[in-house]
Amino acid sequence: MRSIRAAAIGAVTMSLALAASACGGGSQTGGAAGDSPKTLTYWASNQGASIEVDKKVLQPELDKFEKQTGIKVKLEVVPWSDLLNRILTATTSGQGPDVLNIGNTWSASLQATGALLPWDAKNFDKIGGKDRFVDSALGSTGVQGEDPAAVPLYSMAYALYYNKRIFADAGISKPPATWEELVADGRRIQQKGKQVLGAEGSNVSENIHHVFVFGKQHGADFFTADGKPDFTNDGVVAAVKQYVDLMAKDKAIPAGNAEYAQNQSVSDFAKGKTAMLLWQSASANLKSQGMSEDQYGIAPVPVQSGTPGAGTQVDSMVAGINLAVFKNTHNPDGATKFVKFMTGDEEQKILNKAYTSIPPVGSAQADPAFNTPANAVLKETLARSATALPQVADESQFETTVGTAVKELFADAAAGRAVTTESVKAKLQKAQQQMPTK
Amino acid sequence: MTTTVTAAADGRTVSKSSPGAARGPRRTGRIQRIGLPYLLLLPALLLELLVHLVPMVIGIVMSFKELTQFYIRDWGTAPWTGLGNYRVSVDFDAPVGDALLHSFLVTVGFTLLSVALCWLIGTTAAVYMQDTFRGRGLLRALFLVPYALPVYAAVITWVFMFQHDNGLVNHVLHDQLHLTGKPSFWLIGDNSFVALLTVSVWKGWPFAFLIVMAGLQHIPRELYEAAALDGAGMWQQIRRITLPSLRSVNQVLILVLFLWTFNDFNTPYVLFGRAAPQAADLISVHIYQASFVTWNFGTGSAMSVLMLLFLLVVTGVYLAATSRGRRAADA
Amino acid sequence: MPRSPMAPPRSFLWSRRVFLTLLTGFVLVPVYVMASSSLKPLADVSGKFRWLPSGLTIRPYIDIWSTVPLARYFVNSLIVAGAATICSVLIAIFAAYAVSRHDFRGKRVFTVTVLSTQMFPGILFLLPLFLLYVNIGNATGIALFGSRGGLILTYLTFSLPFSIWMLIGYFDSVPRDLDEAALVDGCGPLGALLRIVVPAAVPGIVAVAVYAFMTAWGEVLFASVMTSDTTRTLAVGLQGYSTLYDVYWNQIMAASLVVSVPVVAGFLLLQRYLVTGLTAGAVK
Repeated sequence: MRSIRAAAIGAVTMSLALAASACGGGSQTGGAAGDSPKTLTYWASNQGASIEVDKKVLQPELDKFEKQTGIKVKLEVVPWSDLLNRILTATTSGQGPDVLNIGNTWSASLQATGALLPWDAKNFDKIGGKDRFVDSALGSTGVQGEDPAAVPLYSMAYALYYNKRIFADAGISKPPATWEELVADGRRIQQKGKQVLGAEGSNVSENIHHVFVFGKQHGADFFTADGKPDFTNDGVVAAVKQYVDLMAKDKAIPAGNAEYAQNQSVSDFAKGKTAMLLWQSASANLKSQGMSEDQYGIAPVPVQSGTPGAGTQVDSMVAGINLAVFKNTHNPDGATKFVKFMTGDEEQKILNKAYTSIPPVGSAQADPAFNTPANAVLKETLARSATALPQVADESQFETTVGTAVKELFADAAAGRAVTTESVKAKLQKAQQQMPTK
Repeated sequence: MTTTVTAAADGRTVSKSSPGAARGPRRTGRIQRIGLPYLLLLPALLLELLVHLVPMVIGIVMSFKELTQFYIRDWGTAPWTGLGNYRVSVDFDAPVGDALLHSFLVTVGFTLLSVALCWLIGTTAAVYMQDTFRGRGLLRALFLVPYALPVYAAVITWVFMFQHDNGLVNHVLHDQLHLTGKPSFWLIGDNSFVALLTVSVWKGWPFAFLIVMAGLQHIPRELYEAAALDGAGMWQQIRRITLPSLRSVNQVLILVLFLWTFNDFNTPYVLFGRAAPQAADLISVHIYQASFVTWNFGTGSAMSVLMLLFLLVVTGVYLAATSRGRRAADA
Repeated sequence: MPRSPMAPPRSFLWSRRVFLTLLTGFVLVPVYVMASSSLKPLADVSGKFRWLPSGLTIRPYIDIWSTVPLARYFVNSLIVAGAATICSVLIAIFAAYAVSRHDFRGKRVFTVTVLSTQMFPGILFLLPLFLLYVNIGNATGIALFGSRGGLILTYLTFSLPFSIWMLIGYFDSVPRDLDEAALVDGCGPLGALLRIVVPAAVPGIVAVAVYAFMTAWGEVLFASVMTSDTTRTLAVGLQGYSTLYDVYWNQIMAASLVVSVPVVAGFLLLQRYLVTGLTAGAVK
């Protein structure tokens, strides 16, 4: 009996020791606690074709940084599906990276948490000054009038990608510059049996990006000047309706796109099923899907009048990635050095080329790689006719509520239900009532 | 870790407390005999405390705070709101409460249907496969495949099949069988409920099958032999012996299936993303949206606590009812 | 374990055939879709569905290893799920034995409390648990978050309540006279548990172990915030095939099949214990 008891005790102790040792056995993340000043943890966002591709792009640069400064950077590429949750848990617990990438539309919301190092004049001086960055990119780094919560790293803009072959077959000589032209071209394209325009109807963020720009074109804003939600003003309702009508009334967006949320519209375009696509910096993506650069053209997104510009001629949001420093970092100097390194001309050129984005740093934009016809369109858009999404603390809620409303409207349109001014207004009303009241 | 210590204490005490053995003075033996069950429970209790109970208490505290992005960095500074978060959640005339109520009703309907189907299919399959026949082992392994696949893989495959333009479901229903006038949408609109239910049952029934199958092994063979001697046929044996013998297994099985399905997050999240269609707006994703996506952890927690209370009531009633039923049946 | 020596009636055999055939179809169609899609080039996969693929390629099976570090995720998942299963089953056996064979104050409270943990929506305690782990880490230096250990601890408690409840049921069905006889023979309570009760309840224990393993194997929400790149598990890691550019459907399917093969094989090995009448001897 003794041996059995011994065995039992052994088994229990072993299992618990196993659990205990496994507790200590895993590798540490975060690493803000107890860091030596010679290391940094960096959370990068997924910008390339896969996380492994990102690591291959970034690691040599981090090695270069280590050689220059002696600071070792531990890289983790966080998938988009996890990034915001990881940032939120890091914020609540104080246990996070030293430096991290954030989607630039999150800047104001994250700024409100106070978890990110504010970029005041003194900090900007350490990385070469605020005027290194172009204005449009700086517009999406936090609430106006406050110190930015992050600095721009990669910039992107929407453009109209069109399939040259389909356009030629339909006898269309130039890409549409207004929405009316787009709808008219669409009828000719449909006669050739092709789909007109791709969209991601179930992707909440994509919906927001588009209705925001349509709102601008209707001279309307989703927020009042003092930051209160105002989703039901006539301009906004008309804007949302115009976007959804591209499917409901004009039939330019095929009904099937209402359920797209995983970039299916890009592969439809790459495969030549759809004639046009509104997308941000799609070149690398299209190439990876087997569509060569001579098969498609790039033009500015249509506007109501035909010439993109400021005010109601805005044709894109300022898309991109910002680089932020976590306030809890034990190595603020190293973190700032790293930001300086990443926003330096050389790295800006290398990284933005790798990701086919546009450098938000003016001096890096001069590189010929950013002056190809395709990039010229994007650069021009960013410089002249792109506006940042509302920089309010409730931006995240806005994306969710209004983006969902648009998704539901697309679902209605796809099911053949009528989309009217009233139904649009009702959905937006509901969205607005779900916003925080303060 | 503290548990290691308790385990050692556990083992030591146990080794001394064997009744009937003349080891050690009688009195300590008695004390240790009383203590033994507690020692055996201690590891489980400590772990549940650490991972479930303490965090839950923190969660309940959160529900009384205004925990938006302005305060999450330092919870201490978040102002108390009293019942404010609850008031918002149950104000069914306002959109937030209305949406929560809608989501709640959808979830209840979905859960009942899913559990009923999972249990029915699982039990039927287990009973049919009680006797040996050729290919039984193969089928048994096959039936556990949906359960063995990682959730993300299983659900994304269904997303793939439910696509409007390219999916298998529309290919079969529309192109091949011509049952529908035009291809239907499964991932948006009203059909999304059906899609969700299908995926949930596909993934969930093998678990019921597994548990019932194990439960069937404990039915003494003599019962069947006696019944056969009495002239009871196969169907009667199933009705009179198999199903009643499964009662205690079923009591727990149905309850946990209900609780898990009610709280299931992975399936709807992978299927629909962070904005579920209204017809399939399950409470778990709804709460996730209320807390993580819109960064309002106070309201999210209040909603969670309300659901917890609901589930507590349901479980209490269920256990009382089934236990009484059991006692009546035993008597 | 055959139910009775009598031959089953015709109606039973026919209904069984129909039911099992339909069920097999329901189970197999998605599996077939996975298998066939995993052998198609991406362009074909994202095109119109066809029952018979036009061109086959094993390319996805090569690419899966380089798109995401699949092997590492797989090893992580195995370690986490394996350790969680072993700990959970052992702890559950002791707890269930206490409840099944002993009368003590607070028994009802314990069982109900344990069951009630199944009611907590994961969302409610995700953030508090994370905070707790971080604070424990800061206070004691044990890294619970971001490590496999933290996940093991979390998952083992996820499966513990149901395991305990099920095992109570299974242990209850083992006649008490057996272990009382063992006690009289001079076995300690643990001896009785290990020599008599556990062997008699093997099918139940195996079922519970399978459940504990699968719980840890498939969990997404907690793994997504509690792991880093080095400790990420499969359940989360598979999402890496859906990137900013595109969803690599064929690779997702290929990877899912590859990682599921060992699990299904493991189950095949175990199912002998799940169903052979090991109990029969004890019950007689």
